[in-house]
Formats: sequence, C-alpha cells, structure tokens
Amino acid sequence: MSRSRLFPYWFLAPALVLFLIFTVYPVAASFILSFQKFEAGSYAFNGLNNYIRLFNDEIFWTALKNTFIIFVFQVPIMLLLAIVLAGALNSQLLKLKGFFRVSFFLPAVTSLVAYSILFSIMLQEEGIINNALSYLGIAAVPWLSDGFWAKASIILAMTWRWTGYNMVIFLAALQNIPEEIYEAASLDGAGKIRQFFHITIPQLKPVILFAGTLSTIGTLQLFDEPFNLTKGGPADSTMTLGLYIYQNGFEYFQFGYASAIAYVVVVLVAILTFIQFKVAGDR
Amino acid sequence: MEAVKSVPMTQEKKNRKLPQKIGMYAMLGIFLVVSIFPFYWMFIGSTNESGKMFTNPPTLLPGTKLVENYQNLNSAIDVSRVLFNSLFVSLLYVVSALIVCSLAAYALAKLEFKGKNLIFTAFLLSMMIPYQATLIPLFQMMSSAGWLNTYFAVIAPQICYPFAIFLLRQNFLAFPTELIEAARLDGASELKIFAKVVMPAMRPSLAAASIFLFMTQWNNFLWPLVVLNDSSMHTFPVALSSLMGLSYIDYGQVMMGVSIATIPIIIFFLVLQKQFISGMLGSAVK
Repeated sequence: MSRSRLFPYWFLAPALVLFLIFTVYPVAASFILSFQKFEAGSYAFNGLNNYIRLFNDEIFWTALKNTFIIFVFQVPIMLLLAIVLAGALNSQLLKLKGFFRVSFFLPAVTSLVAYSILFSIMLQEEGIINNALSYLGIAAVPWLSDGFWAKASIILAMTWRWTGYNMVIFLAALQNIPEEIYEAASLDGAGKIRQFFHITIPQLKPVILFAGTLSTIGTLQLFDEPFNLTKGGPADSTMTLGLYIYQNGFEYFQFGYASAIAYVVVVLVAILTFIQFKVAGDR
Repeated sequence: MEAVKSVPMTQEKKNRKLPQKIGMYAMLGIFLVVSIFPFYWMFIGSTNESGKMFTNPPTLLPGTKLVENYQNLNSAIDVSRVLFNSLFVSLLYVVSALIVCSLAAYALAKLEFKGKNLIFTAFLLSMMIPYQATLIPLFQMMSSAGWLNTYFAVIAPQICYPFAIFLLRQNFLAFPTELIEAARLDGASELKIFAKVVMPAMRPSLAAASIFLFMTQWNNFLWPLVVLNDSSMHTFPVALSSLMGLSYIDYGQVMMGVSIATIPIIIFFLVLQKQFISGMLGSAVK
C-alpha cells in the first residue's frame, strides 16, 4: 500500500470546503441571526422577538397566504397538464413528437426575469391577451390591477414557464412503462381515461413525487416572478415569502427579521416535503 | 396465417382511433400556440414602438423600429458591458463548478472512504434548503470581505452545486470500475486516472452538466441583484429588471432587452436540444 489512504478526501476537499463556507455556515448563521437584532452598531440577542413580531405582522401573513394559494393551485395544475401532454407525446398515434417536445420545452430555457417582464407587458389592461379575449366576447380582465387576477397572472405565467420542463421529466418516465400493460388493459375493456388513472398515474408515482418536491421547493422560494411581474402588488396581493425576505433584508436592512422569515420557509419546505413523501408512500 | 388476419384488424383499429387522433392534435395544437406565441410577440414588440403593443386589433407584423429600440436600450443600459458580464460570469462559473463538482462526484461514485455516506447525504439534504436561508449571511460575508460588486461574489457561493454533484455521480457510477483498477495496476496516480481515464469517457455527461450549469448562472437573478449594485457590474437579468423600475417605461426598448436575453439561448437550445434536455434532467430520470 504505497498509495495514501487520504486521496479520496483530496478529491472531495474543494467541494467540502466551499460547502462548509457557503452553505453550512450561512444556514447556521442565518438561524442565529433570526434571534438577533441590530442595535447600536452591533447584533444583540433578541430572544423570540423576531418570531413574535412575525406573528403580529399582517404583511407576513398575507405573504404566507399568497405563497400558499399560488402553491396549492399552480403545482397541481402544472403537474396534471405536464402528465397529460407527456401522455399524448408518448402515444403511438402521434407524429412530429420531436417537434412538439422541443416546442413545449422552449419556455423552460428562458430567464425568469425575461419571461416575467414579457408577461407583464402581455397582461396589461390594453395588452395583447385582453385584446385577444375581446374577440371571444370576454370583457377586459384586470390581470395586474386586481388582487385575485394578479395571483392568477403569476400562476398563469409560472405554468407557461414550467409545464414543458415537467413534461419532459414525465415523458422520460413514461417511456419506461411497458406497452404490454396498456395492451392488456385495452383487451380487458379499460378505456383511455381508466388506463390513465389506473396505469399511468400509479406507474409515474415516484417521478410525480420527484417533480412535486422540486416544484414545492421552487414555489416556496418564489421571487423573480412577483418581483418583475407585479412588484408584489396590488396592495400586497402577490407579496410572497421570498419577496418579503428580500424587502426586509435589502430594502429595510432588517437582517434578523428577514432571517426569521427565511426560517419559516425552511420549516415549510421540510413539512411539505415530508407530507408529500408520506402521501406517496402510503398509496 | 396471423399476418393475414392482422391486416383488417389494424385497419379497423385505425378508423376507430381517428377521432381520438384529431382530438389529440387539436389539444397539442392549442398548447403549441400558447408555448410559441409569447416568443413571436416578443420579437414583434422589439421591432415596434411602445404604443403598437397595445393596439386593438393587435399589431402582428414586424415594424421598423428594430435599430431605434436597440439604440434606446443601449442608452438605458450598457448592453455590451452587461452582456459581457453575464457571459464572463457564466463561463467562469461553468469551468470552476465542473472541476469542483466532478472531482467530488467521482469520489462519491468510485472511491471508498470513511464518511462517504454522511457526506453524500449532507449534499442531498442541502438541495432542500431554500436559497433565502443562506442569502443574508452570504451577503454579510461578501460585504465584510469587500467582495461586493465582484465577479467572484456572484459565482463563489454556487460553485459547489449539490444537484450537479448528484447528477454527475449518477453518470460516474456507470463507468466500469475494472478500467480504474487496471490503470491503478499500471501505476497511474489517482489524479491521472481521473483526468486521463475517467473524464474523457464522461464527455457527453460533462457537456450536459455544463449546459445545465451555464443556464443556472446565465438566468440567475436574486443573488446578483443583491451583490451587484454598481450598474457597470450588472449581469443582463439585473440590468433588464432595472428597466422596469424607470418612471417612464419604453416597451419597445424593454422588448428589445427581453429578446436579447432570450433569442441567443433559444438558438443555443435548438442546436443542442438533446444535450440541453438531458442537462436539465440529468440522469436522475433516464
């Protein structure tokens, strides 16, 4: 054994050092910061005050509610659409599969800032979307100026950006389901819709869990879209936890308070991921 | 005999499936329009003046303001400078992250050592940590080290990217261990085995990972927004976002900016779409 037994650690050292400095330390520091307050030029222990303040902060509750509403509607709509599209693209009846797949994936390569700005222009009161709706006899929708529609705008934009991405994940998984299962079900007289719910969905379960977890983490951190599409408005109706952390941290420079909100996001991600694994595991 | 029988069956089957086929194409057609139209609209907007974007009936044809919109954009933000910043930061990031992550991924896939599972689990778990939980201490760190407004500050925190390590590890696992052992018997050093035996064979996976890493950095917004407050250091998304904060918004100019942010990446995607998709997905799902 002339070889050093330490060499695997040399391979890992750069990653580990960076990981400790730029991930482990900040996660811990942020936790400590969430119990501190900046006073007279330095940080002082503030007990649970940041968290108590959160409890009484209406904007925080609004942000929490908004984030949750967007999460509850956006993620299932997007995942369902993605599964349906993937199912269609996996069908033997279809030609031009490659073309469709590439086209549907296209939104997923755009930058979050660019597409948010693009949607903010399309969704204006006099914008192209309302103009198009007017031809269907639908009155102008106040997309960005009404609380309800502003949230709908964010959901719409996110669904446009991410459905194709999830579709590709599902398509990859669908290609691993043996065609014989469907043939056997057809012979037994199961229709397409039954097949979808009794074969496709159960077979995709682990991948749905994977995509669902990624989307959950992504949605709870939602920042780029509200920042560029609605600036959190009108009247905080699209204020998200991510945006509120940014405002408190980098507009009001209340690092301790912002860290407390960040830890709420950490706990929420942990809880929701746990629930998703539980639900998927039991079925 | 079976072949003879199957001919009329398939014909009948085909006829039965016709309505289903039409329905499917109709649905996919609608989604196609929804996916593609915003890109077309973006292009139309970049060639027209502001007001044309809000006319009814809509202006659906390219206008003549392409050059003017570019000039306006260029006077609002230094386009070549911020594009250079974005490109430089992204390329520097890809190279450094690829080296650091592939070394780690190789060790986690092919080498045996104490604490391997613990380290791998720590990387996996950290993928679940929301970015915001590290944002403020990272900012304080950069600020007290005097690194605000530097390229280094933009890329350093993400060089060790656990998701990339995870994806590369999956690929390294498939590499035949016998080849590594044979090279060891020949007396090659561990680093040489990694660089000369393993890495060349991994080229397609590394290419896919590079695209993923490039995209991540090219589109990154929140962190650059926080650490870059000098407009000459802005990356393109940060500069683009600042346009929407102006008191008067020239939408033709903004659409030009959105197009510049989008069109190169679309061309890049169309040329390399296979590697692109596998880079985005990795081999987590094959």
